[in-house]
Amino acid sequence: MATPHDRQDGATPAQWTRRDFMGSALSAGGLVIAMNLPLPARAATRAGRAPAELNAWLRIAPDDTITILVDRSEMGQGVYTALPTLIAEELEIDLARVAIVAAPVGDAYFNAANVGQVTGTSNSVQDAWVKLRTAGAQARTLLIAAAAARWGVDPRECRARHGVISNAAGDRLTYGAVAADAARLPLPTQVALKPASEFRLIGRGLPRTDTPAKVDGSAQFGIDVRLPGMLYGALAQSPVLGGWPDSVDSAEAQKMPGVRLVLALDSGVLVVADHYWQALAARRALRVRWNPGPNAALDNAAIRAALRRTEAEDPGLVARADGDARAALQRAARTHSAIYEVPLLAHATMEPMNCTADVHVGGCDLYVGTQVQQLSQAAAAVAAGVPPDQVRVHTTFLGGGFGRRLDVDFIPAAVAGSHALGRPVQVIWTREDDMTHDTYRPPALERISAGFDAAGKLDAFQLHVVSPLITARMFPPVTGVDPEVVEAAVSCAYGIPNFLVTYTRQEIGINVGYMRSVSHAANCFVIESFVDELAALAGKDPYDFRMALLTTKPRHRRVLETAARLAGWGKPAPGRHLGLALMDGYSTRIAQIVEISVEGGAPRVHRIVCVVDCGQMVNPRIVESQIESGIVFGLTEALWGEITIANGVVQQTNFDGYRVLRANEMPQIVVELLASDAPPGGIGEVAVPLVAPALCNAWFAATGERIRSLPFGAARAPRADAVKPGSANNDRGSAPRTAASDT
Amino acid sequence: MFEIQVNGRPLRVDAAPDTPLLWVLRDHLGLTGTKYGCGRALCGACTVHLDGVAVRSCVLPIADVGRRAVTTIEGLAPDRSAPVQRAWIELDVPQCGYCQSGQIMAAAALLRTHPEPSDGDIDAAMSGNLCRCGTYARIRRAVHRAAALARGER
Repeated sequence: MATPHDRQDGATPAQWTRRDFMGSALSAGGLVIAMNLPLPARAATRAGRAPAELNAWLRIAPDDTITILVDRSEMGQGVYTALPTLIAEELEIDLARVAIVAAPVGDAYFNAANVGQVTGTSNSVQDAWVKLRTAGAQARTLLIAAAAARWGVDPRECRARHGVISNAAGDRLTYGAVAADAARLPLPTQVALKPASEFRLIGRGLPRTDTPAKVDGSAQFGIDVRLPGMLYGALAQSPVLGGWPDSVDSAEAQKMPGVRLVLALDSGVLVVADHYWQALAARRALRVRWNPGPNAALDNAAIRAALRRTEAEDPGLVARADGDARAALQRAARTHSAIYEVPLLAHATMEPMNCTADVHVGGCDLYVGTQVQQLSQAAAAVAAGVPPDQVRVHTTFLGGGFGRRLDVDFIPAAVAGSHALGRPVQVIWTREDDMTHDTYRPPALERISAGFDAAGKLDAFQLHVVSPLITARMFPPVTGVDPEVVEAAVSCAYGIPNFLVTYTRQEIGINVGYMRSVSHAANCFVIESFVDELAALAGKDPYDFRMALLTTKPRHRRVLETAARLAGWGKPAPGRHLGLALMDGYSTRIAQIVEISVEGGAPRVHRIVCVVDCGQMVNPRIVESQIESGIVFGLTEALWGEITIANGVVQQTNFDGYRVLRANEMPQIVVELLASDAPPGGIGEVAVPLVAPALCNAWFAATGERIRSLPFGAARAPRADAVKPGSANNDRGSAPRTAASDT
Repeated sequence: MFEIQVNGRPLRVDAAPDTPLLWVLRDHLGLTGTKYGCGRALCGACTVHLDGVAVRSCVLPIADVGRRAVTTIEGLAPDRSAPVQRAWIELDVPQCGYCQSGQIMAAAALLRTHPEPSDGDIDAAMSGNLCRCGTYARIRRAVHRAAALARGER
């Protein structure tokens, strides 16, 4: 990735040095400054050209080049625009002039709401909202103080606009001219942040900073990293999930053109060659005897049976208990109960997993699209046999994250290959590798029950979630109920006196991972579908039924009211049917209404209306695109999303078997963003979970049939009208993939 | 050894005849703007032009390229000045951006044959290009906008 130093004409070749971060400005209190940051600033050799480091996120060079380091990973959600906007707002600079680079690993870059330096849980803006505006304001204060000192005037007589400081006498100094002085001043401990009424950049919808590089091919994703002498690796992995190589005959592969290395690892067998196509050819020539391990008989029926058995046997740990739901159900005049299920899902990022490692005497340079810089560093350190602080993580653009890149299983092989060869190695998973060795969105089975009292009032509500526990593997230890498994249920806004949410852990033998919206997707589907069931039982309109449960929730009422108005709730066009869903998640309130017709026994989705109250918005254009994105993602899940397993082998291998929504299948999407003074809520994941329940509720409105298991179903899935041959068929009917067919 | 013409330059490539053009572009020629997504012509991320026609480079062996002119995203236009690129920037189409080289090349090929494409034309030309970020609505608007820009509208 380009740094501003690369653009300094006449600068002699830069060398890596370790800056001393102990200067007074950088060790002062107030702002967390990265004293221990292994931040190898690329100091230009000519004196005076080096950029001044105002804080962990900001560098200003004497030529007025301003660089902002972004400590969250750009995977499409817009953090390379939103987070710099927060700094720029208070710093009084124009975002278009700023160079954006990925931050290294550092304590200053921890996400207070997550475990370390993590891009996830839709909280990048929430975490940065005060922190980065404060950083910008502190830096501006320092720059003004430095200019004032040079002029010998009171800083209060100076003002800063567009990167220039001026005083009452009309003198002007650019930030670059005083940045070095400013960096030596003590940090102000208290700075006043602008009120929203004075925002110039926040809320305006500035152009994304990453768009230009993404329209000319220059944006560098992990798979695009090119290093001198770099070789390419392909990793053979056990067809049965969790298996390992018992023996490897690589004689044939070793003789193939370009092959440099065949290396047996715990995770599989790595083949490294001069070019990737050669590595793939040599991988096909490997003769591996795989030990299938414990999952040789695993299939969907076994998984489902385990979840069902556990649901019946274990009451679960309590995640939320208002009143006494069990007693209320006992005394209820009328009860209703149902079981809902959601399947395994693949993330299917457009960029398959990959990693580039360069292990050398000084440690390891790791080039990777990751959502977890520290875990990546730790994984590479173990594989390279070096201390973590000798691993430098260079975060590239992510060709989709969706939670898949919170895992680091694709990192060790590249490091091992580079370690063995002493050259940079890029390991790329094929699409088939990626789809058959994902850390899948876990399945869930949920029993949901409700009771009406004698007056017909909804008095009791009980949800029992049964699913594997991702966090136990990713961020142990887990004590009590992991919040990640009961999302949207614990935050459910409906006013029901007796409300119980419980969780029971049931592992399924394979690794599962966080996927966009995590358990919101399952729990929102279950709750919002079931609330529709209850409305029907009560003989009430689904909208009226919900509004009656939201009397004390003005923000929820407003999104629902607005959605109903925009979608024409209650008066659908002839042949059209509406279904709605509401969610409180990521501190955002959101409502969706899906409009369908029934064609050939399947739903045809015409329009999705989505109304969002996410508090204050840094960039409404990006918020809108994230909502559109979540809807498309959710519609794919609702209609077709399902990974199936036979004899431990994943049956979907590519986009023919794992169908995702295409351009010709797009419904009209209407997004309405409500103005709000509330603190920012999350946005990247919130729109996903509502699509399935709103769709299934529309289907119920149309047909009277209740869908309690996702995906909507191959039998009912709409046929695409204009899809090219071979591009989107569903291969459920074909013979199962087996271990034997895959090496 | 194969001689191919990429972005107006004649180039010699030493690769096995079955090597897909995709990997020749990416690994041999350093043109990484063209992306690997599926390897089976299922997703469109690898779309390039062959004599102006959109093709999936992941299933096109280098031996079959012959004398036809290959155009990649890097060679579409200098300074992001192609109407599709200007429209993509104006509407901020990309999210993660990984599929967008292929989307842009598919759209540019469409506009060559259909200077004023209908929504049906866009569906037919663009439905083979997957986007997991769900930028389809913006892509549709951007294709119409690019057509307008190409006509000289402001």
